[in-house]
Amino acid sequence: MRTIPATLMTETVARLCVQANTRLPQDVAAALARRQGEEPWPLARDTLALLQDNLALASHRDLPVCQDTGMACVFVELGQDVHIEGDFEGAIHQGVRQGYGEGYLRKSIVGDPLRRVNTGDNTPAAITLRLVPGEGCAITVMPKGFGSENMSRLAMLKPADGVEGVKQFVVETVRLAGPNPCPPTVLGVGIGGSFDKVAALAKHALLRPLDTPHPDPFYAGLERNLLEEINALGIGPQGFGGRTTCLGVAIETAPTHVAGLPVAVNVSCHVTRRASAEL
Amino acid sequence: MEYRLTTPVTRAELAPLRAGDTVLLSGIVYTARDAAHQRMMELLDRGEDLPFPVEGSALYYVGPTPERPGEIIGSAGPTTSGRMDPYSPRLLDLGQAIMIGKGARNQAVKEAVVRNGAVYLAALGGAGALMAASVRSLEVICWEDLGCEAVRRLEVHDLPLTVVLDAHGGDLYESGPRRYLESLR
Repeated sequence: MRTIPATLMTETVARLCVQANTRLPQDVAAALARRQGEEPWPLARDTLALLQDNLALASHRDLPVCQDTGMACVFVELGQDVHIEGDFEGAIHQGVRQGYGEGYLRKSIVGDPLRRVNTGDNTPAAITLRLVPGEGCAITVMPKGFGSENMSRLAMLKPADGVEGVKQFVVETVRLAGPNPCPPTVLGVGIGGSFDKVAALAKHALLRPLDTPHPDPFYAGLERNLLEEINALGIGPQGFGGRTTCLGVAIETAPTHVAGLPVAVNVSCHVTRRASAEL
Repeated sequence: MEYRLTTPVTRAELAPLRAGDTVLLSGIVYTARDAAHQRMMELLDRGEDLPFPVEGSALYYVGPTPERPGEIIGSAGPTTSGRMDPYSPRLLDLGQAIMIGKGARNQAVKEAVVRNGAVYLAALGGAGALMAASVRSLEVICWEDLGCEAVRRLEVHDLPLTVVLDAHGGDLYESGPRRYLESLR
């Protein structure tokens, strides 16, 4: 049995909130640079260059890459032999409060969805906990902006719709989103499970680095296929036209019912942020 | 084409602009998002004045991050403009000339743009640090309780923007992708 003080979780979450918001993950920055090199349309190429200027400026001036510093989605993979000394969820919320305060990040959370009063400190975090064997504790903070979140969709397809139905739904989601989610986007796609599970799969898929394909060649092929179809739509960076509409598609699947084929697309933007630490 | 404009602008100054052109905007720009737009409508419903001179004005749909001590502004890229669609035609009819944001607008906004000789300009979505670099001063002028959504008076210099909707019915979100796809044929 290993003991981790809740205060250590707080400090870690606070640090990750600031880090994620001011520096893009290496794989996302690399994908932007590579796509710029491959972009045939001049306005799109110029736009992608400006997005890279923005990254350099944010890093240089310690500014958030995007002003929508997001809802703090916090993923914890906790070893089942770990004892947290203190309040686990409270420690994470406190980390978000501290990180968003000390980091001069924007507070974008309203405490009630209809009465809409800002909580003032970006809490609560959206926490996803997974228990795993061992004594480890891995924390990832993914600040999620809502320009792209609002363009996400979920459908309960029929088994007969099959892989073609899934493809159509994903591509249609991107087409409907048009310029709104700040393309080039990153897509997390969930397939299978249940109504609630499929959305969680789509969100979790956004954690996978863009340079890492699905381990199953069938789904790796489907990811490549979708990316190709999406980048043939012509929407382009910022929706101004061009090839680069999407930087990457990551699929996660789960077993499902004989009668169903749930699919969910969680849309993320070119500022797909995440930062991780192992305690 | 690239145009340099300073607010407040006239209809004649906006007339040459076409979807896809670049605008470097200087002068005063007011910030407003959903909540501030709602309050502006309430003011107008009561027959009261808006908190800024509306004729020839520019509204930027942005909620910046808090400024660090000694800094003018934090990160300040655009939010999705479509959420302002229910309010924009009324403001354009009152004389607002420039909307700044990102993302698609509805038919009513497009018609109000043409009717009033206005423009809708796109700031670079997700490029908050770059957009902030053009801001020379910031002052919260009302509704401080709205936090990042309060109305701010920004003085900007050469804010880099792209014309999306022009006064002649042009729409870059339609023509840009179409032209690119035609180039592949």
